[in-house]
Amino acid sequence: MNTMTLDAAGQAEPVQPKAVEQDTVGTQTKVRETVGKPFCDSAKLRMRNVNVFYGEAQAIHDVSLDIGRNEVVAMIGPSGCGKSTFLRCLNRMNDTIEGCRVEGELSLDDEPIYGAKVDVVPLRARVGMVFQKPNPFPKSIYDNVAYGPKIHGIASRRAELDEIVENSLRRAGLWNEVKDRLDKPGTGLSGGQQQRLCIARAIAVSPEVILMDEPCSALDPIATARIEELIDELRENYTIAIVTHSMQQAARVSQRTAYFHLGHLVEVNDTETVFTNPQHELTEAYITGRFG
Amino acid sequence: MEMHFDQHISRQFNEDLESIKTEMLEMGGMVARQVADAVDALANADSELAEKVLHIEEEIDRREMALDEHATLIIAKRQPAASDLRMVLSVTRIARDLERIGDEASKIAKMAIALTDEGTSPRGYTEIRHIANAVRKMLNDALDAYTRFDVASAMATLAEDEQVDMDYRTAVRELITYMMEDPRSISRVINVLWSLRSLERIGDHAKNICEQVVYLVEGADIRHGHEKNLKNF
Repeated sequence: MNTMTLDAAGQAEPVQPKAVEQDTVGTQTKVRETVGKPFCDSAKLRMRNVNVFYGEAQAIHDVSLDIGRNEVVAMIGPSGCGKSTFLRCLNRMNDTIEGCRVEGELSLDDEPIYGAKVDVVPLRARVGMVFQKPNPFPKSIYDNVAYGPKIHGIASRRAELDEIVENSLRRAGLWNEVKDRLDKPGTGLSGGQQQRLCIARAIAVSPEVILMDEPCSALDPIATARIEELIDELRENYTIAIVTHSMQQAARVSQRTAYFHLGHLVEVNDTETVFTNPQHELTEAYITGRFG
Repeated sequence: MEMHFDQHISRQFNEDLESIKTEMLEMGGMVARQVADAVDALANADSELAEKVLHIEEEIDRREMALDEHATLIIAKRQPAASDLRMVLSVTRIARDLERIGDEASKIAKMAIALTDEGTSPRGYTEIRHIANAVRKMLNDALDAYTRFDVASAMATLAEDEQVDMDYRTAVRELITYMMEDPRSISRVINVLWSLRSLERIGDHAKNICEQVVYLVEGADIRHGHEKNLKNF
């Protein structure tokens, strides 16, 4: 739960750690505090003072960040900076890793994600995930999409499932390419189609948030452009957090960009600010390809 | 944030950025020389020098196009971001201003040739000298501020444009009086007026260059009177 205080009117108000503003121009901002705008008014996901450990090693240091409703937040940073680890906290994918410990406050719609009573199966239906490598089930295209709704009990009748499958494939921009071969194996599709199938599979269980971990790094530029177009459309209905190594992709698809460095969240700002006039010199060094 | 354009992992990128900056500053040097020569040609009724100014104009145009092409290639190949992006944009914008300054210098050179043909007119030359010195200083200071990424100096130089505009208006009023007193001087004085007008425009372009120094270093767009976009100043 968030720490609460009562204001004069007796209204509960969450205490938010203050983001440190950039001080005077030219100073060396070496302090590891987040610069920019890590918080927003309509937070779907709210993370405060998150620390993640793998055994003794600390992978994430005191990260606080909001991800707003219908917002795409891109997470960028060099390999090993903790961006994927942080993303995986958001639907408790780290639970499956031996020795991984998550501390801090993480909430989805103000409900704690790491609460003792939280069942991770419905949590992961609400917070879906798309991975770097397309990983369709060794089943038909139809079953790939229908599997989630079936096991989550969202639909059982064939007609309902048909509708969900068609809708999901349409939203993922794949319907026209596969409508005549729904019974063929999903693994027979091209890489870009497989990734869109995985997105359709994630959408099929009506998630509220979609986490994407480098969803385009195994795809060619055309398939990448399709996915990016799709991300923009999905934003109307979902909240999206995307980890990417492509700076141009972050610049194109997101509204805010978060820069991670050695497990610290260095800067979060409007994407246009990050790519034209970043406030922290580490962000600047990374996005311009300088020695950090 | 300090400006470093020599710390990219790609050495070629360092060289590309350094090279467009150098090309632009060389162009700036040529244009500054052109303005000085044009004013001297006018003051000394030196049509030979004026012809030289007109001749250099072609070289300036060629350099502007080469610089644009170079910048386009950097954008296509490197997708520059942040200060690198601002560097490329500011260099191309300044090149455009420099080319326009070259155009104005050529106009002054043409007036010099016309005035030489008609015989010298002392009317208005003091004003031309005065304003020419002011805008030449502005142009040199603006390019110097760019070389040193010096925002304070750019802002100080930018502020000088107001005085130039005021001096220009005063000179115009005075020249109008001359023309009323001596209508036979009208055609010559009009040539002087056009030259003054060109010098005043050069001041505006020098001001634009200063604005690009601010954009490059601070990422703030202060054009068209938006100085408030520059925080902490």
